[in-house]
Amino acid sequence: MSDIRYTDQHEWVRVDGDIATIGITDYAQEQLGDVVFVELPEVGKELAAGDEAAVVESVKAASEVYSPVSGEVVDVNGDIETTPAGVNEDAMGDGWFVKLRLADPAELDKLMDEAAYNEFVESLQ
Amino acid sequence: MSEPAAGPLKTTPLHALHVELGAKMVPFAGYDMPVQYPAGVLAEHLHTRAAAGLFDVSHMGQAWLEGPDHNAVAAALEALVPGDIRDLAPGAIRYTLLLNGKGGILDDLMVTRTKKDGVLFLVVNAACKDADFAHIEKHLPAGIALRRIEDRALIALQGPKAVDVFARFAPEAAEQAFMTGVEMNVAGFACIVSRSGYTGEDGYEVSVADKDAVALARKLLGEAEVGPIGLGARDSLRLEAGLCLYGHDIDETTTPVEGALTWTISKRRREEGNFPGAKIILDQIANGAPRKRVGLLPEGKAPAREGTEITDASGKKIGIVTSGGYGPSVGGPIAMGYVEAGFAKVDTGVELMVRGKGRPAKVAAMPFVTKRFHKPGK
Repeated sequence: MSDIRYTDQHEWVRVDGDIATIGITDYAQEQLGDVVFVELPEVGKELAAGDEAAVVESVKAASEVYSPVSGEVVDVNGDIETTPAGVNEDAMGDGWFVKLRLADPAELDKLMDEAAYNEFVESLQ
Repeated sequence: MSEPAAGPLKTTPLHALHVELGAKMVPFAGYDMPVQYPAGVLAEHLHTRAAAGLFDVSHMGQAWLEGPDHNAVAAALEALVPGDIRDLAPGAIRYTLLLNGKGGILDDLMVTRTKKDGVLFLVVNAACKDADFAHIEKHLPAGIALRRIEDRALIALQGPKAVDVFARFAPEAAEQAFMTGVEMNVAGFACIVSRSGYTGEDGYEVSVADKDAVALARKLLGEAEVGPIGLGARDSLRLEAGLCLYGHDIDETTTPVEGALTWTISKRRREEGNFPGAKIILDQIANGAPRKRVGLLPEGKAPAREGTEITDASGKKIGIVTSGGYGPSVGGPIAMGYVEAGFAKVDTGVELMVRGKGRPAKVAAMPFVTKRFHKPGK
């Protein structure tokens, strides 16, 4: 699990080779509540770190999902478009949003590791 | 009027119970209120439509309006609202509107003619209550008095099973007609029981002494069909039912005609034309209003929230969404908003500008779900 990095906007990114999988954290899905809609980018779209990658809406509100890293969108999770509740059920796994071809692995160093993120979340509570 | 008041938050008599039940508490209209319980908004919404939900609405304003007899007190209130109060039968409830001189809506409220001659029971919105009561008092003739009720909670029980549950504690409530309010004992507590609600479901709204509120709520929650429901689901339930949220769907800048609430103005009141803003409102009834509140059904899956611009096919702005989100029972996005008069017909195609992109939607009839109010003899 040590290859997962986190942002202070509660996105996670897991890297496998040059592919970065992006999602929202379990804390984020819990804060959002029941997810009822997600909007995903087109495959082929170029995202810079910090760009809006997707939108996630709960019964309560809409939130943006920002890309933690730069790269080209190579895949999106159609399952959560069909069944948005999948984000609540497995935010860190099957509820992923987007896969990118990582443009600059050095960007990962700016993100939090799991221990730092857990500490960050605790500071919010 | 919907902004929370500054200063420390007030609490209702059920506050500790909400916390005990694990509610997430948020500021609303100056009160610390439960937005959801551990079940979550979606489950709470669906539970209310399937069984029964208990809502704390004690933040709403309650008052007696008292005069020498019904005709006198009704006339005093009719000077401020366009609804027919005079011809209310004893025990009947009227949904009506406090209007300003331009026909704008200061608040919407429920008025019950109690069985005691010359006494009306008023329930107004939490965020408006201080302004409403000051406005009413300022305009009362001699001999009519408003008496604020500061020692009573308000609990709603809503849903298809509400009647079964409620009848266990108050058998006479089972055959009570919709939009009537009567005093009765519920589980031994003296209550004012209204068969009414804000969900599109059958149910009750119960005014109970502060000191009895927790005990009554616990009795109702102790029944298998009943779950606690927060403000989050209250909002999605009322939106599906096509009901207005004051400060969002109606306010001081909207008239009853624009707000699609012309039905609240009886024939006699129109003929008499003696309510605030009557000239403007009667003209709009006769000749049409420049805009109208309508239901909106997005064709895609993206919810359109409050503030979303409504455009025609060419991208010209024709209105704005005033309430919108996901309807759990509809299973998709729903909204309501104001559109220019020419676009108000059901099935008219419009676009909703969500995140900079026009998304097709249709003007839709409301409610979005079938209302299931209780009719006597059914």
